[in-house]
Amino acid sequence: MASFSVYRDSCPLVKNILLLDSEGKRVAVKYYSDEWSTNAAKLAYEKSVFTKTQKTNARTEAEITMFDNNIVIYKFIQDLHFFVTGGDDENELILDAVLQGFFDAVTLLLRNKVDKSEALENLDLILLCLDEIVDRGMILETDGNVIANKVATSSVDPAAPLSEQVILNFE
Amino acid sequence: MAQPLIKKDDDRDDESEYSPFLGIEKGAVLQEARVFNDPQLDPRRCSQVITKLLYLLNQGESFTKVEATEVFFSVTKLFQSKDNGLRRMVYLMIKELSPSADEVIIVTSSLMKDMNSKTDMYRANAIRVLCRITDGTLLTQIERYLKQAIVDKNPVVASAALVSGIHLLQTNPEIVKRWSNEVQEAVQSRAALVQFHALALLHQIRQNDRLAVSKLVSNLTRGTVRSPLAQCLLIRFISQVIQESGSTQTGDRPFYDYLEACLRHKAEMVIFEAARAITELSGVTSRELTPAITVLQLFLSSSKPVLRFAAVRTLNKVAMMHPMAVTNCNIDMESLISDQNRSIATLAITTLLKTGNESSVDRLMKQITNFMSDIADEFKIVVVDAIRSLCLKFPLKYRSLMNFLSNILREEGGFDYKKAIVDSIVILIRDIPDAKESGLLHLCEFIEDCEFTYLSTQGPKTADPSKYIRYIYNRVILENATVRASAVSTLAKFGAMVDSLKPRIFILLRRCLFDSDDEVRDRATLYLNTLGGDGGVVETDEDAKEFLFGSLDVPLSNLETSLKNYEPSEEPFDINSVPKEVKSQPLAEKKATNKKHPGLDTPLAAASTGVDAYEKLLSSISEFSSFGKLFKSSAPVELTEAETEYAVNVVKHVYDGHVVFQYNCTNTIPEQLLEDVTVTVDASEAEEFAEIASKPLRSLPYDTPGHTFVAFQKPEGVPAVGKFSNNLRFIVKEVDPSTGEVIEEDGMEEDYQLEDVDVVAADYMLKVGVSNFRNAWDSIGDDFEKVDEYGLGPRENLTEAVNAVISLLGMQPCEGTDVVPSNSRSHTCLLSGVFIGNVKVLVRLQFGLDSNREVAMKLAVRSEDDAVSDTIHEIVASG
Repeated sequence: MASFSVYRDSCPLVKNILLLDSEGKRVAVKYYSDEWSTNAAKLAYEKSVFTKTQKTNARTEAEITMFDNNIVIYKFIQDLHFFVTGGDDENELILDAVLQGFFDAVTLLLRNKVDKSEALENLDLILLCLDEIVDRGMILETDGNVIANKVATSSVDPAAPLSEQVILNFE
Repeated sequence: MAQPLIKKDDDRDDESEYSPFLGIEKGAVLQEARVFNDPQLDPRRCSQVITKLLYLLNQGESFTKVEATEVFFSVTKLFQSKDNGLRRMVYLMIKELSPSADEVIIVTSSLMKDMNSKTDMYRANAIRVLCRITDGTLLTQIERYLKQAIVDKNPVVASAALVSGIHLLQTNPEIVKRWSNEVQEAVQSRAALVQFHALALLHQIRQNDRLAVSKLVSNLTRGTVRSPLAQCLLIRFISQVIQESGSTQTGDRPFYDYLEACLRHKAEMVIFEAARAITELSGVTSRELTPAITVLQLFLSSSKPVLRFAAVRTLNKVAMMHPMAVTNCNIDMESLISDQNRSIATLAITTLLKTGNESSVDRLMKQITNFMSDIADEFKIVVVDAIRSLCLKFPLKYRSLMNFLSNILREEGGFDYKKAIVDSIVILIRDIPDAKESGLLHLCEFIEDCEFTYLSTQGPKTADPSKYIRYIYNRVILENATVRASAVSTLAKFGAMVDSLKPRIFILLRRCLFDSDDEVRDRATLYLNTLGGDGGVVETDEDAKEFLFGSLDVPLSNLETSLKNYEPSEEPFDINSVPKEVKSQPLAEKKATNKKHPGLDTPLAAASTGVDAYEKLLSSISEFSSFGKLFKSSAPVELTEAETEYAVNVVKHVYDGHVVFQYNCTNTIPEQLLEDVTVTVDASEAEEFAEIASKPLRSLPYDTPGHTFVAFQKPEGVPAVGKFSNNLRFIVKEVDPSTGEVIEEDGMEEDYQLEDVDVVAADYMLKVGVSNFRNAWDSIGDDFEKVDEYGLGPRENLTEAVNAVISLLGMQPCEGTDVVPSNSRSHTCLLSGVFIGNVKVLVRLQFGLDSNREVAMKLAVRSEDDAVSDTIHEIVASG
């Protein structure tokens, strides 16, 4: 990850993808840049992203803001807040496509029941989803359907319908 | 993806919220992880435990080394299970644990097996995991499989291999570069993202080969690009190619035409990328800009905030260079001022400030005031910058703009933001005479130590200086010691420059004598004494003025060294003995440490410690003792490539009528001893120089640097220039490297070609800074002022032009004016120096950049000698 800046000029890069709840707490996060090297730095970043965007209405269309030389694109649904961060010279619409891909894939995987408790129940799917979208900053895929399919085909029992696979039985 | 939005769930009762991870605890989960070791694996349960472990890591929990190793080993057992879902979680877990090299060996064979599996998902993921955790040695073993994977029929597998290649290129470039053929094939893939990843990798492999990149790009513009992402990438490559080939191409412009064609693409992402690329082309004409501006203008009224933001941000940048091109969008911009997204509104307003006319200023200012409190500091700074440039553009509007600045200065904000405001006010005070009084008053109300200097230089020149004194003396009472000390200096300056105020100042200064801080008391005492302590209304005598407020004409660091070296004696310290040359030592030292030969470091660094050491060395050589006082010694210039058999650099010593080349030589071959080392110099391209003496080096053993000299005579006081070609001559003898004894007595005569050395005009100029350029400029007077204008031709940006002129003249940039703010269209640079013959020279350079990136420069020289002023112009004219 140390080489993040080396191929910065040419390739679109994602610095992090965050999924926070309505209080700004982590549901699942993934950092691809070493700009935030410690957990404390990550938490501080999440806190400032959350507070700066909290009051906005990002429920119908994705919203955008810029701070600390980063562009943040975000979208909220129910009690979940989705964020994608990229560098300040990144094409905003590419980052938007990543956010939309993540959002669509999660919606599909959670069978339209997109909220925090459902996301935590299916955290394995969310984590696999993050893994399929971006690999160390490089965009792997932005189509929500394709991402969801890649995650779903590897679910516990491929023969079982999706709805049954995703309910994990936590004691 | 219609998502029924039933209700806003934010205010749901937290008590009822159920989390599967409620009360989760690391120790317990690590215990649970023992199920990985069961002989009969339960895939579902194992997956759940991995999810819990990943949850802990994701929440920021960390495992100790022992814990991580233990988890890693038990996870590797799970490769026995054939369950797909569990395998995915295993892959994820291994990546998160980032195992150490000896642990990697445990999973290598399992992963290599998966890499050759029939299941696509296994192949793709095993490649990503293995490439993530592998080191170079393992990579050669799996290289064959990776090459196959790149051209795999399954796009997921191919993409996994290509993306892994992009990462590996950073650590193992020589291996990844061998995959070009496969990557080339993958660029032709029908799968959209495979093409994107292949294109990214291929470009990185070839990025240092301009021709190959240009060919790759032009092939692709004729072929099919299958995904918007790949198209964006191609657009970036194309603008790089255009940039590198220079903007001078005429007639047929296939690459620009391609960018323009991309403006009609169906994906917004591509349209925007192309529009942005066109606006960022250097030397773009307004005709080329128009189509890009038109599509951006359409985006301004989009329903998507992201699109509006992207468009307005790009137009804002365009407005800096080409304000006229953006005026067409003004109506759309105005409607964005009330945009719900404050970032968009701010960018819209600042764009309008740049493109708008004088009449709209007041209206815009009113609108900005309404939402300043809602936006982040970053954006506030953008607004402040825009207002500053607006004020300089429309000086008549200074009153409302200055008021705005002072109002926001009183509101809350971070340091950077406040600093931006204060800087802006200071600039306005300086450049708009009418604004001086009101601006200073605003500053007085928000005074901090950082503004003091400015108040002190400008304050006394205003109509009623007395009114500022109250503000300053308040600081003396209220602030900390540093601020108090600078307040005292400021008061004294008022006293010195405005005679009528002197009695009042004296009373205040006397009070400061009882301050608790040493520095404050010292300063007060000093000023009281030098200003003449009787407290009457008398004229300050010139010497005291010069002493207190004139600029010190020696660099402070040199003065410090000289004072340290000064031994208390009958002879008083003479400030004229302090060298005036600004040392470039950090640079020389940096160069020296970069050297491969350890033996070369010390003498080089020692030799570069300035004129002193050189002077001592040269005056010890009888041939050169008659040359008089050494004027300047250059930094060492390398005459050999790094890591050659003999390392040679040259230092040019300039005297009034002579130039001496000092060749510092190092022999880097342990088996050789060099004797009778000389440098033969061909000065046929340096007409005004005549060789008069040379001093050979007797012997040059391995790794012990030595020097040889060649001296030239040149016309007295004339800055003669020329090119000299050098040849190193010596007798080489073989030695036994272990004992150092010479094996064969009869040496061989040899020649060794060195690089040429130039004597340039800058060699006759000492870098001598002045601390207050304005004062120095005024005091030197315009008796020998010469002003002329020059066209410097097209340049990338102003920084390039400024640096070129500075290095041509070899003068010291003053007051940080060598730094050009990015995107500036004009810049003033102040230089000072001492020319041969000890003639003080000051130069003011004013640069301007027109829309075709042609740089024009106005050069004003003031010096103590008419001929020198002319010479400076000649140097610039011929450079």
